[in-house]
Amino acid sequence: MAGTREAVADKDKMMRDAVTTTGAVHGGAVDEALARRMRRRGEESRFWWVVPTIYIIFLMLPIYWLINMSFKSNQEILGAFSLWPQNPTLRNYAVIFTDPSWYKGYINSIIYVVMNTAISISVALPAAYAFSRYRFLGDKHLFFWLLTNRMAPPAVFALPFFQLYSAFGLIDTHIAVALAHCLFNVPLAVWILEGFMSGVPKEIDETAYIDGYSFPRFFVKIFVPLIASGIGVAAFFCFMFSWVELLIARTLTTTDAKPIAAIMTRTVSASGMDWGVLAAAGVLTIIPGALVIWFVRNYIAKGFALGRV
Amino acid sequence: MEKTWNNKAWFMVLPVLVLVAFSAVIPLMTVVNYSVQDTFGGNQFFWAGAEWFEEMLHSDRFWAAMGRNLIFSAIILAIQIPLGIFIALNMPRKGWGVPVCLVLMALPLLIPWNVVGTIWQVFGRIDIGLLGYTLHALGFDYNYVNDPFDAWVTVIIMDVWHWTSLVVLLCYAGLVSIPDAFYQAAKIDGASRWAVFRYIQLPKMQRVLLIAVLLRFMDSFMIYTEPFVVTGGGPGNSTTFLSIDLVKMAVGQFDLGPAAAMSIIYFLIVLLLSWVFYTVMTNYDVEK
Repeated sequence: MAGTREAVADKDKMMRDAVTTTGAVHGGAVDEALARRMRRRGEESRFWWVVPTIYIIFLMLPIYWLINMSFKSNQEILGAFSLWPQNPTLRNYAVIFTDPSWYKGYINSIIYVVMNTAISISVALPAAYAFSRYRFLGDKHLFFWLLTNRMAPPAVFALPFFQLYSAFGLIDTHIAVALAHCLFNVPLAVWILEGFMSGVPKEIDETAYIDGYSFPRFFVKIFVPLIASGIGVAAFFCFMFSWVELLIARTLTTTDAKPIAAIMTRTVSASGMDWGVLAAAGVLTIIPGALVIWFVRNYIAKGFALGRV
Repeated sequence: MEKTWNNKAWFMVLPVLVLVAFSAVIPLMTVVNYSVQDTFGGNQFFWAGAEWFEEMLHSDRFWAAMGRNLIFSAIILAIQIPLGIFIALNMPRKGWGVPVCLVLMALPLLIPWNVVGTIWQVFGRIDIGLLGYTLHALGFDYNYVNDPFDAWVTVIIMDVWHWTSLVVLLCYAGLVSIPDAFYQAAKIDGASRWAVFRYIQLPKMQRVLLIAVLLRFMDSFMIYTEPFVVTGGGPGNSTTFLSIDLVKMAVGQFDLGPAAAMSIIYFLIVLLLSWVFYTVMTNYDVEK
């Protein structure tokens, strides 16, 4: 177990070397043609698109249905079954954007998500550096303990969190949710950042010290730019997991900091369900994720693998 | 990479330690506290020892929820892992299709969990949902509100919809790391499609598959929001998984003692699984 992360780093390096060498071999047009033929013979036949397309249609259908509903009036939703809105209306979105109790939910969610991301990344950066560069007393136990928090069921923590933050008078504040979400986001950020940092050769640190850089200056001026993509990915995952979590966020808030996801349950009222507004609110919660995902599309697997692909 | 022994590195870890201790250790100690005490209200507590733990371990309700959760996780793994591998094998390797596939497939992963529940709750309804309405029109007697079997099918399809992409993305990341030279060698040897999969692609995906299996198992083992929104744990108790039962007990009935004991047992199981995950991962790294 001693050489775990060294082994990972070595393997990554070997992998990169292998990729570059094969890339060089492929400079020749003959080889490229061969590779193309190979791929065509294998998984990239003329019908390669069939399976991904069917799968993507399966993924998109429920989302389409939500979007479809969000443009219908309640009478139309309940009255006639149609695959697209017959009388498209923006009324549902208008309800959300004009009622502060609705759109404040989005603002609340975004505030605590951004706070959580900022806190998680700033404490995780030095810790990940320590894990990737140094051996110290209890480092492996600590690393494992962090992982257990990522795996901890939020249901176990819901009630104690409520009592803890009540004791500090933090219930219904954004910072309470931001701090509570650190439970799973800080470990995740440490793991992802450690994975990226281990890919940076230690010689860079040493050269910088020889050149007379102090540690903080080296860290900010040289090291952080080198792992910028890693920071981006870690931030994305903190954003994402804080955005999708509801159980803890709902437990810790009552009105002033209530997340949009919890406000959505309001649509159930005595006069029945307001399906149109519910659908519109749902559509609006999908948009932030859809926007940021483009920037990390090539790293998303690495993030889910806790920095270990 | 050679790492130097330096105990001063502790100072760099300290902020994380303080923060996570605040948000993990203190709440956990609260739970431990409740699990060994009894109360009749009014903030008066009595020592109860291991009473709640005994009660939990002998309670049918706990084991029923545990059983349902294990069956659920097993079904989820049996569907998502092979399906994920299959889709990853059929993904394009280069060209415009790659970013399109990646972004569209990752989309369900970024939807808030209760919205996922809402989407499927609506989608499955027989009066206004595309799925429910179509099934009904085709003559199936589908109703996830009343029929436990239909509720299970809905929850499982929802989870497949929600999380299969994770397996796909991980496998895809493993697949693209295979150099073309491997495929060329296989072609020269006249290897069949199956042999290429079995001896080149599967070994290269081993590590990511391991991560996928463990992550999927753990996340399905603590599933709460999505089934809660769709079925509320019903009909009856048929989709009441561990987390749903726990929240019901702690917040709904305010049975703090039993709920805390259940939390501890639940957490110990997760801890054991995390340990397996960590050991397997680190051993795997050493072997390679």
